[in-house]
Amino acid sequence: MMNHVWIILIVLGVIIGIYSATSDAIHEKTFEARIEAIKSVGSDLTQKSFEMSQLAVNICIEYIGLMALWLGIMKIAQEAGLVSALARLMSPVMRRLFPRIPSEHPAMGAMLMNIAANMMGLDNAATPLGLKAMKELQTLNKEKAVSTNAMVMFLAINTSSVTLIPFSVIAFRATTGSVNPQAILAPAFIATALSTIGGITAARLFQKFSKPPADYYDDHLAGKAIPKDE
Amino acid sequence: MASTLMTTIDVFSQWCIPLIILSITLYAYCRKVKVYEVFVEGAKEGFNVAVMIIPYLVAILVAIGLFRSGRAMDVFESIVKPVTNLINMPPSILPLCFIRPLSGSGARGLMIEIFKEHGPDSFDGLIASCIQGSTETTFYVLAVYFGAVGVRNSRHAVPACLIGDIIGMIASVLICQIWPWRF
Repeated sequence: MMNHVWIILIVLGVIIGIYSATSDAIHEKTFEARIEAIKSVGSDLTQKSFEMSQLAVNICIEYIGLMALWLGIMKIAQEAGLVSALARLMSPVMRRLFPRIPSEHPAMGAMLMNIAANMMGLDNAATPLGLKAMKELQTLNKEKAVSTNAMVMFLAINTSSVTLIPFSVIAFRATTGSVNPQAILAPAFIATALSTIGGITAARLFQKFSKPPADYYDDHLAGKAIPKDE
Repeated sequence: MASTLMTTIDVFSQWCIPLIILSITLYAYCRKVKVYEVFVEGAKEGFNVAVMIIPYLVAILVAIGLFRSGRAMDVFESIVKPVTNLINMPPSILPLCFIRPLSGSGARGLMIEIFKEHGPDSFDGLIASCIQGSTETTFYVLAVYFGAVGVRNSRHAVPACLIGDIIGMIASVLICQIWPWRF
């Protein structure tokens, strides 16, 4: 996908650049002025491509320091057990969102840990937990190729971005000269809360109109063994 | 009343990060975590994360730079303006909205280009910050998570997740308009 986007940006950028150079040139009276007009767009494009590649590195040099600071602090939070503390705090809400996942099932724990890690912005730690959660949800699913309501709800929460402090955005604001990089904390928090509520509501509404695949919920409650994944 | 609330939020935003640093380190220290060593370990991870994004950022920033300085961006903005004006969205935000669910590195590059071109504290820059902070790389996450367990029929996952993203984007635009920014 990004291959298409990238080539379109480059091709349109340069071709429309050629077009604007020629149309500039047509409006000029003398031969020299026309040559100058054609040259100027070309030199703009050249300069811009150099400037942008240097900018990418310069921004990242400062970004290294900020990310080192933040991920260092977050690593301490992780070691101190704050991820599981946050997960425990959320478990009453989660049980209501996932009525067909028994609260003692490992799927619930993995989902809670994934969402808690995402809330703290620990992307690297969150992904393996999320994949584990999906595998656990799949064990309760009888039709393995079809997603359950619980999977969709989990992903709706996960992809609505639940990060409490979008530190990476704040860091890039700081590296590009913002006078108050952290000013976006409150508005971004409101926006992300609304997007999460919106995602959950949408998932609940869609659930009403389609039949979920059969699951092992009742078997699990009755204490029967559930066939393990292949 | 409203201004008291805003002052509180203002003060809180300024103190938020130092207080988080204090409470996490102190809590961890009391729980016998080797705070200094663990910090360095996490900071190494941060170093790697930041260095790894450089090549992606070069790719995106150069492409978008060519697109803007060849005046293709002007053409694009004049085409989409009638639509984005409906919710008072600056036209430069629209590409970010389309790329955001598809590519994390692409969206990051577009956000930085908006910061560079309009400034991080401009209206465009603030909206871009809020969108980046309130949405996710939805299609990528769905592909990885469903792919890992072999689910082929995702049912209502795509529309439900995209609705969450769209609400986050519209909310970002509206909140940034009514927010009493103070710099």
